[in-house]
Amino acid sequence: MTARPNEPERYYNYAYLDEQTKRMIRRAILKALAIPGYQAPFGSREMPVPYGWGTGGIQLTAAIIGPDDVYKCIDQGADDTTNAVSIRRFFAQVADVATTEETAEATIIQTRHRIPEKGLTEGQVLVFQVPQPEPLRGLEARETETRAMHAYEEYGLQYVSLYESVAAHGYIASTVGYPTMIEERYLMSPSPIPKFDNPKLGQNPAILLFGAGREKRIYAVPPYTNVRSLDFEDHPFETQTWEEDCALCGAQESYLDEVVLDDSGERMFVCSDSNFCAERRAAGHAGPMAGHQLAALDKEPA
Amino acid sequence: MSALLDLADIAPAFPDPTRGSQAVFRKVMEAMARPGVIHDLGFAPDAPQGLDRAAGAVALTLFDFETRIWLDPSLRGGLAEGWIRFHCGPPLTQDPMAAAFALVTDLASAPPVAAFNMGDAKYPDRSTTLVIQLPSLEGGPQVVLTGPGIKTEMPLSLAGLPDGFWAQVQANHEQFQFGVDFIFVAGDRVTALPRSTRITIKGD
Repeated sequence: MTARPNEPERYYNYAYLDEQTKRMIRRAILKALAIPGYQAPFGSREMPVPYGWGTGGIQLTAAIIGPDDVYKCIDQGADDTTNAVSIRRFFAQVADVATTEETAEATIIQTRHRIPEKGLTEGQVLVFQVPQPEPLRGLEARETETRAMHAYEEYGLQYVSLYESVAAHGYIASTVGYPTMIEERYLMSPSPIPKFDNPKLGQNPAILLFGAGREKRIYAVPPYTNVRSLDFEDHPFETQTWEEDCALCGAQESYLDEVVLDDSGERMFVCSDSNFCAERRAAGHAGPMAGHQLAALDKEPA
Repeated sequence: MSALLDLADIAPAFPDPTRGSQAVFRKVMEAMARPGVIHDLGFAPDAPQGLDRAAGAVALTLFDFETRIWLDPSLRGGLAEGWIRFHCGPPLTQDPMAAAFALVTDLASAPPVAAFNMGDAKYPDRSTTLVIQLPSLEGGPQVVLTGPGIKTEMPLSLAGLPDGFWAQVQANHEQFQFGVDFIFVAGDRVTALPRSTRITIKGD
């Protein structure tokens, strides 16, 4: 954890956004929390990164962050990828906030497409970067129509889509952004997290906030909320499993990324959650390729 | 409402508006996310006559020129109205249906909950948020809260509620996704009750 002193000269307002923008986002957050799973529109601003790089998540974080927070940012589970490092440095600079890679130490965790393996706690806020907040968009292109479908709870089309998947593949083939039902009322996109993470959305002690910058939507799942991944009685919801263990830490229950190592097809499976994997290795756990040179990469400073 | 403000009467707001409003918002966000949990806003500045510190803090944090405010008649034309107009600059309204926020200090004589804006079927977030100032957030008849944000159940004993108020809040919940949301304040303290919360009145 590195603390950043307050800088005497500042070129932007605290946490980058102006106060009126923060108030507008804060009001949207309160309504999103009051109506779990509902997509509240907000006046998304231009940010110093392009759409698709986390502008929604950055704006949510900017609206809630304070100097006492400890900030963690992950991209596909990893703390040490370009996008995560850049956004973490951004908030260290504009919000004088301490940053960390340790899941348990953070008060705000901004994430792109994963939920950390380690269970979250009360007092933590998980901020999701969302490219497409509308779960029905692939089935119905018109916003006016999808908004009416949410208003009147017309979700038959979504079930038809899942049924067609079963008819075509013999199982529900969707693996990321698997549709969820919030408190049996609103259909919600969990953002493109793997369906492996869907069970962590429900009854989570932390506040889950979702921000889509280009699409200008904020939605939320409050703590201890019922979240159901859609399925059929004869095709129940299942998460991914792997035959391999993590090659570096030996974890059997984490979400694994497949890494191709050379041109001859050599490959390894490693935890996508880099902090989870590093903590396990520090605790003495070792996988079959524990000494591999890739394992040394976590020494890189963030 | 068009009277000029006498600046000598305007008390200061947050000494540091950025940090102050952020700290207040995090408490209010936690309150809305975990209904019935009481938070302390004792660090906020004094509010003018008629408003408690927590009520003033919520106003400074959430009101601005984009939010139409319904002010309790007892606050209209007084120091509190001048303070809110100076620091937040919101348009004021006497029409409950038009209000984004309602600041209620005398609940017994306020319009019924159903008179405020319940939101639109497609945009239920356009409903009114009622900020209700009470004598105390504890010590009243107990109700039990369940729903999103609450692990099992949460007791709440707001004091100074008029008869039949909880029935109005129950009716408000029944019509989800429509409904208003509540922020209750008393002295330095704040708690919240979104429309998603189910309320069980003891003895029911």
